Amino acid sequence: MNWDKFIVDGLKHGDPLIIGAVVSIVLVSIAIVAGLTYFKKWGYLWREWLTTVDHKKIGVMYIISALVMLFRGGADGLMLRMQLTAPEMKFLTAQHYNEIFSAHGIIMILFMAMPFIIGIMNVVIPLQIGARDVAFPRLNAVSFWLFFFGAMLYNIAFVVGGAPDAGWTSYFPLASTEFSPGVGNNYYAIALQIAGLGTLMTGVNFIVTILKMRAPGMTLMRMPMFTWSTLITCIIIVFAFPVLTVALALMMFDRLFGSQFFTMTNGGMDMLWANLFWVWGHPEVYIVILPAFGIYSEIISTFSRKNLYGYKSMVASMAIISLLSFLVWVHHFYTMGQGAAVNSFFSITTMLIAVPTGVKIFNWLFTLRKGKIVFTTPMLYSLAFIPIFTLGGVTGVMLAMASADYQYHNTMFLVAHFHYVLIPGTVFAVIAGMYYWFPLIAGFKLNERQGKAAFWTIAISFNVTFLPLFFLGLDGMTRRQYTYSAETGFGPLNLIATIGSVGLMIGFALIVYNIIWSFRHAPRETKGDVWDGAGRTLEWATHIPVPVYNFAVVPEVDRLDAFYFAKKEKRSLFKDKIEKIHMPSNNGQPFILGAIFFFWGFFMVFSMWKSAIVAGIGVLILLAMRTFERDHGFYIPVDEVKKTEQSYGGDSV
Amino acid sequence: MKIDNSLPLEYRNEENRFRIIGFWIFLGAEIVLFATLFLTYFTLWTRTGSGLTAADVFVLEPVLAETFILLTSSFTCGLAIHAMRQGLIKPTMWFMGITLLLGAAFLGIEIYEFYTYVHEGLTLQTSAFASSLFVLLGTHGAHVTFGLLWGIAIMIQLKREGLNETTANKSFIFSLYWHFLDVVWIFIFSFVYLKGLM
Amino acid sequence: MKKKGSLLVILTLLTFLLSGCTSELLVLNPKGPAAALLSETIIFSVLMMAGVLVVVFTLFTIILVKYRASNSSPDYEPPHDEGSLKLEITWTLIPIIIVSILSVVTVKSTIAVEKPPAGYENQKPLIIYAASSNYKWHFSYPEQGIETVNYLNIPTGQNVEFRLYSYGPITSFWIPQLGGQKYAMSDMVTKLNLVADTPGSMMGKNSNFSGKGFAKMEFEVLAMTQGQFDEWVNDVKKTAPPLTEEKYDQLLTTEFVGRESFSNTHLEFRPAPEDHSSHFKKPGQKDEEQDSNHENHGEHGEQHKQESEVEDHSNH
Repeated sequence: MNWDKFIVDGLKHGDPLIIGAVVSIVLVSIAIVAGLTYFKKWGYLWREWLTTVDHKKIGVMYIISALVMLFRGGADGLMLRMQLTAPEMKFLTAQHYNEIFSAHGIIMILFMAMPFIIGIMNVVIPLQIGARDVAFPRLNAVSFWLFFFGAMLYNIAFVVGGAPDAGWTSYFPLASTEFSPGVGNNYYAIALQIAGLGTLMTGVNFIVTILKMRAPGMTLMRMPMFTWSTLITCIIIVFAFPVLTVALALMMFDRLFGSQFFTMTNGGMDMLWANLFWVWGHPEVYIVILPAFGIYSEIISTFSRKNLYGYKSMVASMAIISLLSFLVWVHHFYTMGQGAAVNSFFSITTMLIAVPTGVKIFNWLFTLRKGKIVFTTPMLYSLAFIPIFTLGGVTGVMLAMASADYQYHNTMFLVAHFHYVLIPGTVFAVIAGMYYWFPLIAGFKLNERQGKAAFWTIAISFNVTFLPLFFLGLDGMTRRQYTYSAETGFGPLNLIATIGSVGLMIGFALIVYNIIWSFRHAPRETKGDVWDGAGRTLEWATHIPVPVYNFAVVPEVDRLDAFYFAKKEKRSLFKDKIEKIHMPSNNGQPFILGAIFFFWGFFMVFSMWKSAIVAGIGVLILLAMRTFERDHGFYIPVDEVKKTEQSYGGDSV
Repeated sequence: MKIDNSLPLEYRNEENRFRIIGFWIFLGAEIVLFATLFLTYFTLWTRTGSGLTAADVFVLEPVLAETFILLTSSFTCGLAIHAMRQGLIKPTMWFMGITLLLGAAFLGIEIYEFYTYVHEGLTLQTSAFASSLFVLLGTHGAHVTFGLLWGIAIMIQLKREGLNETTANKSFIFSLYWHFLDVVWIFIFSFVYLKGLM
Repeated sequence: MKKKGSLLVILTLLTFLLSGCTSELLVLNPKGPAAALLSETIIFSVLMMAGVLVVVFTLFTIILVKYRASNSSPDYEPPHDEGSLKLEITWTLIPIIIVSILSVVTVKSTIAVEKPPAGYENQKPLIIYAASSNYKWHFSYPEQGIETVNYLNIPTGQNVEFRLYSYGPITSFWIPQLGGQKYAMSDMVTKLNLVADTPGSMMGKNSNFSGKGFAKMEFEVLAMTQGQFDEWVNDVKKTAPPLTEEKYDQLLTTEFVGRESFSNTHLEFRPAPEDHSSHFKKPGQKDEEQDSNHENHGEHGEQHKQESEVEDHSNH
């Protein structure tokens, strides 16, 4: 066998950054294996995590993976900024720069933002609707492992074979074998496919969960806003992800089997890729932003001690946004020459999104009005979101104007815009959500002082990093250019941006410090409803940390924010007696299935057909095992439930 | 588990009801998947480069045969579910078996079709038209193949366990899948073959 | 409060930068009617959006100051507030009005920049083919019979119709001070009308990522009076070497080249992919087409062959 194809160019040329990456990956892997063996934790890892079907643990695994990816993608971003600090920097080569900005985009959107959001959904949604798990716990585990192994497959590209370098959009013909002959873009087509399948299943799973497993009395219009946002998001997932599935499959056929979808000869059409990509790509943006809106709604309402203003219009605006999200994809390539009429239509649909979004902003402001605002860490992120996101939003409206976009397209103005919506939108939201719901899992709050310090570092550094980019864009600096000359005059603003990005990295490091410190020193909570009794939704009605069965007795709901009103009126939501509780049993198949998919993908990337077929048969065998299996789960007996409840010092039931 | 005896067997316990709804939603995703493939095909079908065109390679007879076979299999699949609702295991098995045999026959003709296309000089690599045709038909064919394997697995379970909540639920979901493939084929027949022959 | 402070800083920074530096930013420093129209459009939208920002930021600041917990008595309990239909309709309608105004501006300006600029509709345009290959630009002046690489000279007060295409990845042809950008693609020709008002040197570039040498795809645009332009054309015709097919193939495969001039264009032997219809051969009508276009057909075939040859060369 020719091993040469597995070795990345950087390693052959002795690039110190690549060697550093390889060495650190190897060292970390050895450290993990050695650590697990030394502390005899293999059994624990397998029993409690790798085989788990508990939505809370799956959620935690999603969030941990996402945090790791946040640092991977963040390090990429930092390297990009380093290279642009001053004119003619020699920190990265063009090729390396191209690989890193492609990775930064793919990782941040698909392997950081999405899994972080899905992780929070996993932890919170069943609790928020008073359920014991999701509709298909086993499928949920499959979703996670497909995402996880898809992400791993993408990540090994940097050290095995070569990384994708055609941008996260992978436009054809640039991404074709003709112009990108290495295996890099094969990784793109296949790793994203595997992770995307997982996401699609999550979408199906949560729709059924939310539609069918709500606590008695919780009608649709009594659902918490985060649940609403998740439902709408999952509907978008189900309608948008199959388009990505097809696009990636066609890309795979073009690159591996010589088909002619996007080629330059024999009728191939490069513009088709751009269309398919963005028909998925634009709804994808709303897949990561709508749940963020849900998270903010919960937090703002909780910490202003007020119900959410304009609940109905909040729901309606999300529904309208989800519809419009499918009608705006052409705004990503106004400059393709499709004419004024088409561009005008898509300009108007795009600008229309500002209307429901504006409604939401004002509803949040009016939720705060007459409230009793407490500045906790999650609340600080939520408050900072309003002004910063508005700035991102109004620049979005400016970009929506086709004629003006001819001047913004592909420039740093665009880069500034989408960082201004995605960071305060999604990243602030998932961090806020993590701080807010952390006690549910861990049993304690993260230290507030450190949390606030991290917040201010991040919020200020963010603006220092990205505000200059608006002006660089208007001055003609394009995105994805790895260097620029001194005459362009781009130097000073770029220097400011790089300084800001270092601040951002410090801020995120502070969050990690905050988590580690709190694990060791934070006082443990004794009761649920930890935010000074301000909880309004059902996740605060059970004990902390949440027991494996979530609720000993299924709560009954008679209105929106039922838990808040029950507290106020001093009654209980739990009416039934404790009965035996049915639970799904753990299983290792999802993990193994994910692992087989990983190998299948790897073999496909390197066109190793025989091995790929064997792996494909492995997948079929696992599916067959699943259909012949009879696993009806198990029951936790009443005594055990009672014992657990007592261990919480429980009188809530 | 909530059990409601007034419902048909496959709907009786809650988990199984979830499975049916979940599968409907999954079919929604499948519709989007095939819609995307159709749109790709409609965008590219005139872009034949220097290769053969649709009119050059399409022949009505085998396609018509495929259509009748698949439609009939959909009908027998419906009969299988009807028999299942009556609690009759034998006819359920028989009709399932016929459904799968017809599915296999359909697949055989499709493979033969592909063989003739390639023989005449139309391969995946020929042109954008050829690529989109093969991938659209191939995706449907792959679904049918998967359906055959799945159907066999379900028949083995029916044989072993007879009709119970689990096997009835699996058979019912399989029937949804099979009818869906039939609908997709009708679109392929009308908008790929008939349109190409016109 | 810290929060308010940082917001104020951002706002002042914004207004300062907008008022002070606009004249230095390329996009807002137009040298032609199309760019001027876009610059006006951008400034108009910035002002509208600044209005929105002021409203949101003011409300935000007032609410945060007034309703924070430390500012209210310990027994204050926030009222239950379901919302107000009147207010919610208000903040739906106002954005709709803003969006409507911007829509009108957008549609008008989009239509305007897709056409030759006002006042130049009846002028015969100067046609320049701009083709990208690897990491360079080829500019062909078919009427003048000259071709340049990586630099572009145009006369002022003259509508130039650029015809854009690419020998590979999608690129985007952009001269910020003259007007908006447009994609150059391999299987069709896109058109862009630009006029320079005043003589001078400007930056032009590819703005769409196209591979490893993308950052180096800048070219100088020099606008000059008609007289100077004619003089330059004559000069090139006299002194520059001819562009042979061989030389052109060599150019296409080279990744980076400096400025070059030639006394003929590559269009003579490598036409642009303009005949769009050749890609849309209708399967059913194949025979008919062959009959009616019998004479042209040979040409099409030849052109096709040549095109694919070119693509073979640019592939490496």
